[in-house]
Amino acid sequence: MESVTRYVKSLFLWELLKGLGVTGRYLFARKITVQYPEEKTPLSNRFRGLHALRRYPNGEERCIACKLCEAVCPALAITIESEPRADGTRRTTRYDIDLFKCIYCGFCEESCPVDSIVETKEFEYTFEKRGENIMTKEMLLAMGDKYEEQLAADRLEDAPYR
Amino acid sequence: MVSIEIDGKQIKANDGAMVIEAADDAGISIPRFCYHKKLSVAANCRMCLVHVEKARKPLPACATPVTEGMKIFTRTPLALQAQKGVMEFLLINHPLDCPICDQGGECELQDVAMGYGSGLSRYCEGKRVVEDKNLGPLIATEMTRCIHCTRCVRFGEEIAGIKELGATGRGEHMKIGTYVEKTVDSELSGNVIDLCPVGALTSKPFRYRARAWEMRQADSIAPHDCVGSNIHIHTKGREVLRVVPRDNEAVNETWISDRDRFSYEGIHSADRVEKPRIKESGRWTEVSWEHALAFVGDKLKALPADKLGFVAGPSCTSEEYYLFQKLARALGTDNIDYRLRQLDISDQAQVAISQTLGQTIEEFEQNNAFLLVGSNLRKDQPILGHRLRKAGLRGASVSLINSMDHEFRFPVANKLLGGAGDLIRNLAGVTKELLAQNASYKRSKDLSDVLSGIEANDTHRSIAKALSSANKATVILGNQANYHPQSSTIRALAAAICELSGAKLSIVTDGGNSVGAQLMGVLPHRGPGGKKLSKTGLSFNEMLTTSIKGLVVMGAELDADTLTGSSALETAKHAEIVVSITPFSSAAIEKYAHVMLPVGTFAETSGTYINTEGRWQSFEGAVQPYAESRPAWKVLRVLGNVMKLDGFDYFSTEEVMDEIKEHVGHVELNNLFEWEAPAVTGLNGSNGLEMIGDVPIYSVDAIVRRAAALQGTTDAVSSCVYLNSNAASKQGLMDSDTVSVVHQSGSISMTVKLDNRVPDGCIFLPSGASTTDSLGAPFGSVKLDKLAGSINDQGAIGAANV
Repeated sequence: MESVTRYVKSLFLWELLKGLGVTGRYLFARKITVQYPEEKTPLSNRFRGLHALRRYPNGEERCIACKLCEAVCPALAITIESEPRADGTRRTTRYDIDLFKCIYCGFCEESCPVDSIVETKEFEYTFEKRGENIMTKEMLLAMGDKYEEQLAADRLEDAPYR
Repeated sequence: MVSIEIDGKQIKANDGAMVIEAADDAGISIPRFCYHKKLSVAANCRMCLVHVEKARKPLPACATPVTEGMKIFTRTPLALQAQKGVMEFLLINHPLDCPICDQGGECELQDVAMGYGSGLSRYCEGKRVVEDKNLGPLIATEMTRCIHCTRCVRFGEEIAGIKELGATGRGEHMKIGTYVEKTVDSELSGNVIDLCPVGALTSKPFRYRARAWEMRQADSIAPHDCVGSNIHIHTKGREVLRVVPRDNEAVNETWISDRDRFSYEGIHSADRVEKPRIKESGRWTEVSWEHALAFVGDKLKALPADKLGFVAGPSCTSEEYYLFQKLARALGTDNIDYRLRQLDISDQAQVAISQTLGQTIEEFEQNNAFLLVGSNLRKDQPILGHRLRKAGLRGASVSLINSMDHEFRFPVANKLLGGAGDLIRNLAGVTKELLAQNASYKRSKDLSDVLSGIEANDTHRSIAKALSSANKATVILGNQANYHPQSSTIRALAAAICELSGAKLSIVTDGGNSVGAQLMGVLPHRGPGGKKLSKTGLSFNEMLTTSIKGLVVMGAELDADTLTGSSALETAKHAEIVVSITPFSSAAIEKYAHVMLPVGTFAETSGTYINTEGRWQSFEGAVQPYAESRPAWKVLRVLGNVMKLDGFDYFSTEEVMDEIKEHVGHVELNNLFEWEAPAVTGLNGSNGLEMIGDVPIYSVDAIVRRAAALQGTTDAVSSCVYLNSNAASKQGLMDSDTVSVVHQSGSISMTVKLDNRVPDGCIFLPSGASTTDSLGAPFGSVKLDKLAGSINDQGAIGAANV
């Protein structure tokens, strides 16, 4: 009996029709593709893109060189060197993230006791030369300054779940 | 022994031991903050509360002696609840600043809070804030973090011997600090950094540099004194970030001196030489290693062997010493020496093959009577100073024959002070007294002749009595006795005293490896293992008076590492080639040397130090040598190859050590020797002032001199003329006057400082600084001429406090 069913199905190209049915269904369904880069999909406030170092509202950098992000980073992408600043506070003299190594897991952000290192929604970037993959402290702070409003809003939105 | 039970485990413990000691021995962990195995029991943190059967309340394990059949439980609900409660109290005022705290990651409070504390805090009131203290350039404070365990306070009282830190106030208002605003000046002060269980006391030079988890740890040996303290070097990348002690009960227990702890800063000094350098018509150019070594090889080979001189500092590794002397002897010369600071070596043929403590360090502590001659033991060898203090506190009779009135932080039985001549006179007085009691002594004839003009006084008698009546006694010859212009007389008299009284003779030498230098044969008259040589070469002092054409200097700066700086520089000036095998460059080296071969410091090379008790301690390099510098043993090895000398094909220091072991056997811990009748003459110096020199604690070697934090301490003696107020008023001088110091070979202008530790009729001038090198050996008569105006106005060299 089974062999008869198989024979009939293959004779009338049943599998092909079934596949065409799927094609037909999607042909008339609502489109979910967007015209990137003109159009963009919405991003979650927990999106993990390019990194940034934030500042306090008074302009003071948040990072205190506790090196927890460096310790927690599973890809060993973060390199920190620290020293007392002239005013005696603990500060980084170097904060590098190697974007080749980074896997965007967000552990650095989770581990940060002062919400300094964060991941922005920025994901459109390219490197043309070696060396450009290193985000230095200045670049990270500049990212923070650029996106501070968005970063603060995202964190506020997520606060009830933490 | 009593048998107890901890957590169901049967344990034998010593009578009178505390529960926590028994638990530690059995490997059962009990949380603690105030308890430390080397300090007295305070029982004030209450963290070690345990449940003892039949006790109504939990008991502190650190203050509960074991009793037969005691049953202790460390993890019962009662014990755990008690520990959790204590932890909550301790955290009430502890700030939550772990992210910026240097102790974070190696903090006992963090560990114990994780293990025994509650996950949540119920305390929401304000926390107290305590003002930070300035304890000097070595220790950083963050007193808000203090949990009042009082380990630092007890350390000061019990180990350092000076109560510099204390607790004021009670309860919430309790604060640890110096009672009045002052710095902590003990030579062992850095140990409070390790003792502090929290981040209240941390290392200032290391502040915020790295986390405990990102550093690598290498075992090493401290190179600055003959104790050879065991250390851990903590490194990150190619940088040495800090040094901490490594426990070795036989050597340094758990302590190290500040010099050993903070000297690492010198390793990364700006003076490091990056590449080999050659001086051509007065200008230094960097060259390749091949070029530099070929240049040195050609120059040295072209010179007659008897015109060559090989000079090493006292802190190189044994392998370096061995290859150094092998190189010298392969070139056909015995002009080799490491005794840069010894003025009198006329008894070199007789003295023991290696000058040691004469006993192990642990035995040293067990003596009942000590006679310390010419030694500031506490500053020169701080760990031995601590051992001596332990003996002194235990009741041993300690007598001093010294120049300066150095402070020893325990009761001293007899004290005799005076200049160089007085030192010998006093030693002779003790000898004479002992001789009078012991007429049958085999060499009494020799002695009584030379001691005919000496009278023994009451103090001499008291010292003699203490030495001969003690069942274990030691006569210690310190750095200043070794530097003394008549040190052979001192050695002979000390040996006679030891033979007469049955005491042991200890000779504590300067540098980290002078025992190694002696055993490896960095001496003009002895080869490796003390082998007698057919002919004797020139000693360092003799080299200075002969025309040396080629001078090879390893691990020493001729201006600051010698007592006769000016004549050493003069000799170097007349040489055709001076090769400096050195990690550092300096103005003086640039002047006298023609080639600089950059080598690694103790942290950058493997090697072996032999300490004052004859303990061979090998270590590996902790970091790669700086820039293009190389370990000194490799430089010597390749230099041997370049000069086509046989037997320089080593691949590691282990291979060198294997060869050394063939020549050098076990170290004899005995300094007694066949002394020749000493000349007890010339004891009365001139009627004027007499100079007594010594090398201050933080001037001993090139690394220490470049350690910034140590140079900022009060122990970093500034280049001034020190004299007591009596002598000053006789000379019509006042504090901070400017004087011209006129001595043997020159004169310099310096600032006067009043210091009542200097005996009458003497001035003290710290050696080991480039400012005083033009004065010649720091002994003998000296003249002070008062200059008008302040030194700064005149812009003179070697000015005041630098």
